[in-house]
Amino acid sequence: MTRALTVLAAGPLTTVQDAGRPGQGALGVGRSGACDRAVYRQANRLVGNPEDLAVLEVTYGGLALRAEADLLVVTTGARCAGPFPHAAPTSLRRGAELRLGAPETGLRTYLAVRGGIDVPPVLGSRATDVLSGLGPAVVADGDVLPVGPPVDPMPGVDVAPVPGIPGGEVTVAVLPGPRADWFGDAGWAALTGQAWTVTDESNRVGLRLAGVPLERVRNGELPSEGMVRGALQVPPSGTPVLFLADHPVTGGYPVIGYVADEPVRSDVDRCGQLRPGQTLRFRASQ
Amino acid sequence: MRVLPSGTTALLVELDDLDAVLALYAALAEQPPDGVVDIVPAARTVLLITDPARSSLSDVADAVRRTARSGPRPDARTGGDVVELPVHYDGEDLEELAGLLDLTPEELVRRHTGGEWTVAFGGFAPGFGYLTQSGGAWDVPRRSTPRTKVPPGSVALAGEFSGVYPRESPGGWQLIGRTDVAVFDLDRDPPALLRPGARVRFVEAGPR
Repeated sequence: MTRALTVLAAGPLTTVQDAGRPGQGALGVGRSGACDRAVYRQANRLVGNPEDLAVLEVTYGGLALRAEADLLVVTTGARCAGPFPHAAPTSLRRGAELRLGAPETGLRTYLAVRGGIDVPPVLGSRATDVLSGLGPAVVADGDVLPVGPPVDPMPGVDVAPVPGIPGGEVTVAVLPGPRADWFGDAGWAALTGQAWTVTDESNRVGLRLAGVPLERVRNGELPSEGMVRGALQVPPSGTPVLFLADHPVTGGYPVIGYVADEPVRSDVDRCGQLRPGQTLRFRASQ
Repeated sequence: MRVLPSGTTALLVELDDLDAVLALYAALAEQPPDGVVDIVPAARTVLLITDPARSSLSDVADAVRRTARSGPRPDARTGGDVVELPVHYDGEDLEELAGLLDLTPEELVRRHTGGEWTVAFGGFAPGFGYLTQSGGAWDVPRRSTPRTKVPPGSVALAGEFSGVYPRESPGGWQLIGRTDVAVFDLDRDPPALLRPGARVRFVEAGPR
């Protein structure tokens, strides 16, 4: 009996994700990996996996799977509509199907299976990087996803008490970036003094924000420089892009600020759950 | 040298010129400070990404300053492997670019093959390297309209840099030729030939 999941419907966007491929930026290889890392790790813990095994990142629900063996699965993150229990490890008998509806709030749901999604790694990771094209292809209808053997013992958790993903306006902490001086005090005040709207041009690369454009106080070209997840890069339009998991390794526009990426509940992770139309405020933090 | 903030997990070190970047990157890559998980050189900067559980940003900044004070490595431009890339110099922009630079196409090719290049940094795409030629005074304008599709293996020039497109991608550089060598191949270890610090010699491969 082959341990595998057959994809009956992939939904709007489902990808395989893990902790990404760090340490290869100098080769132009970005880290990639799960957009909401804390929730991704939690999904693995709930089915007794090491925290860094590969899972499915489901964007706006819509995923349907059939188990080809008896498997244990769990969903975390955005809670999808439908009968499948959320944040509660659930056995799927061979032949059983699982269907996720659309989430009411939040954007990304993590589906972990005991043993992990066992597609071949690329440069040390099974993450799909939608910008560089590295890693497995985007999950498609009809795919058969191999599942690895169980490793760690089960944690013995029936239901994890998890807070829901908020809808509506979200506020995150922002620190001055390396090129904050290109926008002056007025630019910083404009960044932190308005509610920005997440546009539908957002994806795993970044959130494109709409609002009153930021004005530069100095002109000139910036030679491309390295950046990290959470960067608020300001292109000539003046409306920032908040870089997420698949951001480019280097960029040629000034970074006015960085969203705080603290290890426990990272504000950058929370931004990975924002959907188009939601508003985002930046609270200055030093 | 200036150390600029880049959020809660990274530092951006800004330097005077590309040679200073090469020297600092070579020293840091050889002996990365504790807790640093990635080092990304660029034209004027070196980005250090840390694991906050393993070290504080101020400790990493101190370590970088110590490395910088211990002096630049004299062999930053000469210490790397040498990669030889045979090139068919029949690029779509070769004639027009030669005219722009007041050269004949043959003179342009002689300059491109005449001196050794060094991979300064990457970042545009997996396996793409920005190469500079020691003593080369290139100043090449980008195309006013970027191409939507540049074929893989295209050898190109822009600004002071030369590069090889690892796979088909959009691009605004001037195309002077094409190499059959795969500069990025996931089935090879390591996949990237053009790693920062590597030295590159372009050689004329004749017509295709």
